[in-house]
Amino acid sequence: MKKLLAGSAMALVCTAGSAFAEAHATSACLITKTDTNPFFVKMREGAQAKADELGIELNSYAGQVDGDNEAQVAAIETCIANGASGILITASDTAGIVPSIQDARDAGLLVIALDTPLQPIDAADATFATDNFLAGELIGQWAAATLGDEAADAKIAMLDLAISQPSVGVLRDQGFLTGFGIDTVDVTRWGDETDERIICNEVTAGNEEGGRTAMENCLAIDPDINVVYTINEPAAAGAFEALSAVGLQNDVMIVSVDGGCPGVADVADGVIGATSQQYPLLMASLGIEAIAQYAEDGTLPEPTEGKSFTDTGVALVTDAPVDGIDSISVEEGQELCWG
Amino acid sequence: MDQKGIELMDPILKGVNLTKRYGKVVALDNCDFELYPGEILGVIGDNGAGKSTLIKALSGAVVPDGGEVWLEGKRVRFATPNDARHAGIETVYQTLAVSPALSIADNMFMGREIRKKGLRGKLLRQLDKQAMEQFARQKLSDLGLMTIQNINQAVETLSGGQRQGVAVARAAAFGSKVIILDEPTAALGVKESRKVLELIADVRNRGIPIILISHNMPHVFEVCDRVHVHRLGKRLTVIDPKNHTMSDAVAYMTGAKEPEAA
Amino acid sequence: MADKSDNYESVLGGATQNVASFENSRKTPLMRLQGTLHHTPSLVPLIVLVGAILIFTGWLGPRFLPQMSLVFQQIQIVGILALAQSLIILTAGIDLSVGAIAVFCSVIMGQATFRYGLPPAVALMVGFAVGTGLGAVSGWLVSRVKIPPFIATLGMWQIVLAANYIYSRNETIRARDIREEAPVLQWLGNTPNEQLVVWIEGLRGITYERIRPNVTDQFWLDLIWQTKITYGVLLLIAMAFVLSYMLRATAWGRHVYAVGDDPEAAQLAGVNVNRTLMSVYMLSGFICAVAGWIMIGRIGSVSPSASTGVVGNIQSITAVVIGGISLFGGRGSIWGAFFGALIVGVFELGLRMAGANAQWTYLIIGFLIIGAVAVDQWIRKVSN
Repeated sequence: MKKLLAGSAMALVCTAGSAFAEAHATSACLITKTDTNPFFVKMREGAQAKADELGIELNSYAGQVDGDNEAQVAAIETCIANGASGILITASDTAGIVPSIQDARDAGLLVIALDTPLQPIDAADATFATDNFLAGELIGQWAAATLGDEAADAKIAMLDLAISQPSVGVLRDQGFLTGFGIDTVDVTRWGDETDERIICNEVTAGNEEGGRTAMENCLAIDPDINVVYTINEPAAAGAFEALSAVGLQNDVMIVSVDGGCPGVADVADGVIGATSQQYPLLMASLGIEAIAQYAEDGTLPEPTEGKSFTDTGVALVTDAPVDGIDSISVEEGQELCWG
Repeated sequence: MDQKGIELMDPILKGVNLTKRYGKVVALDNCDFELYPGEILGVIGDNGAGKSTLIKALSGAVVPDGGEVWLEGKRVRFATPNDARHAGIETVYQTLAVSPALSIADNMFMGREIRKKGLRGKLLRQLDKQAMEQFARQKLSDLGLMTIQNINQAVETLSGGQRQGVAVARAAAFGSKVIILDEPTAALGVKESRKVLELIADVRNRGIPIILISHNMPHVFEVCDRVHVHRLGKRLTVIDPKNHTMSDAVAYMTGAKEPEAA
Repeated sequence: MADKSDNYESVLGGATQNVASFENSRKTPLMRLQGTLHHTPSLVPLIVLVGAILIFTGWLGPRFLPQMSLVFQQIQIVGILALAQSLIILTAGIDLSVGAIAVFCSVIMGQATFRYGLPPAVALMVGFAVGTGLGAVSGWLVSRVKIPPFIATLGMWQIVLAANYIYSRNETIRARDIREEAPVLQWLGNTPNEQLVVWIEGLRGITYERIRPNVTDQFWLDLIWQTKITYGVLLLIAMAFVLSYMLRATAWGRHVYAVGDDPEAAQLAGVNVNRTLMSVYMLSGFICAVAGWIMIGRIGSVSPSASTGVVGNIQSITAVVIGGISLFGGRGSIWGAFFGALIVGVFELGLRMAGANAQWTYLIIGFLIIGAVAVDQWIRKVSN
């Protein structure tokens, strides 16, 4: 509520301001799922830095909790009313937000989805995101290669995001299985696999608390688990605690995705074997550049070749590289990490 | 009982020129009030006559705008019902003020629990349940009240008359000087009313004076020694139930008849 | 003249005078059950708990029962929050801020150590003080400003959660840093059973190269070793005992029940209602801070985005309601909430181990909630 009020107050100020500087000020909006997650905090920093550099006015909005669609709809309406040139959005409800996105595009705004593709993906003018499937695939390949022959009878715990199977969670999960060499059956769903190496699919909500409980539940089903896939690094840290509690911390390999600074530090400490690092800062700054370009001459951004979106890159961070899989060291990862 | 004999004594509880206004409504209009030791004083009056305001002023629930309250010859000022209780005025409200889910013993000692002696009481603040139960059972049987076997049963499992009995026993149990009973028989059946009236007489016989507020004329005339008739915010008269009929009382109350000059 | 008025009652002489006695005749077994449950309300959740454990043991075989110690570990946070929630609900209130206070206090404890460099023991005290203080704010709003508890704590929930995110900048303090620099914060995650076995074997001169294997030739030591118990779980059980003592055997406890039953009656009977409410909210805030400490022990790190901040209130209310504590106040026992939390834990783990979809857990918990309240209503009818 407070945020909404602040948002509309900001809108008032901005409309008043634009009356004076109508012709030459380009403005952009950044709408994130929440403003508490370090991932989005970093994204906002990247956008702000680039906007300052290019002399663009940036307004940031966020929902209060992940899944808060209404706040994002209100933010889009504010942006249209403000006469912004473009919107960068990480949608909480990838399908539910589409009508509002359409309104914005009809009003002549460039809409770029950051991090999370919309459903359908072409509902936005462009999508700047991590290739989450590739991110999963990299850690899957790394895990299989590191295990070597043991991969054939590995016991895997899959610690996923949420029961509603949001696309980012499905892509990483199925990417990991593909990389590891397991049949994913339906690649748009996790949990339907029949491979006996998968011991459990548990959800973690992407935090330490959920990670610990999920890992305990998996160990209750089979205490001999030796590979743990986690949706992100906080969940991995929680899983590690559960493993430590039963003395298995040195016998189990944990892999993860994100590349946040605490997560990379966990790779350095041996908590996590390898993680796929993504680059929210880059997503945001590329997004701002695209909006500036569009405001200047109407050019639309082009997707990466062979993909339906602009890939902002992903790198495998590990201190135990294996042949044939490109990776960066922990030091390099620490320089590039976020949060 | 000889009325003159009573008059010779000093009143144990006295109100002088009590005044209370609610906005423009005058609930108490320079009202006087006297209760003598060892008597049951009935207070009757039509609805809106201000008798409940009078009782609240005496029991601390209402602070009067003017006038004085005297207890045992000393001026007292009550800001809360607790002040009045500490001074020795116990009130049994029409709602009884009992906690239905708690036991009889718990209710009797609510707000004045006994702690165990020694470390367990001081350090662990442990209640002396045994002593409390024993005391409660004693008090109830003193009043010839209860064939209650289990002092630990919840009050809500008791009948209306039994609950009233617990409330009256609580008021009488703690060395009180005055007991105020607000409509004790209003919610009861014929049999239970009878039992409660016996209980009231019993308490009086133990030397505790009682103020009885009631709408039930037969009950008032049966147990009261004197009857305070309240009308238009003040005491109209005090009558002796032995010399007056209930019709007289109702006539005074409603203004249909003026009392002879007192 | 007065004689005349008594005439209509004279016939009563023929009626029994024994009006105040009890009718203890002809009780059906059902009525007797109703009476027993009325007297011991935590019996219902205990029966459900034992029933659930038996069902899962029958279903999953011998592998389920040893997992009970895991259930205890998984419910320790919710269990502690349920104790705090019970106190509030006994006063006919509700506290939506319990989870948020717990998370915020864990963040305070962590930041006091790592941002301000306080000794960890002092940081713990700071966390407890903040929890108690937040409880005091709610208590003041409820008892003095007369804001309904639902509204007051709904506000506090948002305020505390937002303050938690802002203050922490949503930064996590990593488990390893805490382990190395402030192990006291994680102390409740330690397992005394393992420490005991290591100590005994140390006395006998037995050591292991890496970790102790689960099975040796010492049966009893193996059993103790495998029954995982953390200090956090012991603390939960100890607090349940202490609170149950306070509620049952002290004047304060009787006042809590009386205030929840009927605050006006309690006030008239001489209970200081405001002070009682204030003490309940402050104690509840303190217990939430303890839950914050337990959280650090359990998840190792200090994480401001722990789910407990958002869902801890509903989880604790669920445990309390399943535990047979009446939302109308004044009825129920703290053990009910404890059993309620265990019931939820047993169903969650049991159904997971059986491979059932997680939604079945919520479905069954939904039935348990409604069933518990229906039983509560039935038990109340004992007075009629």
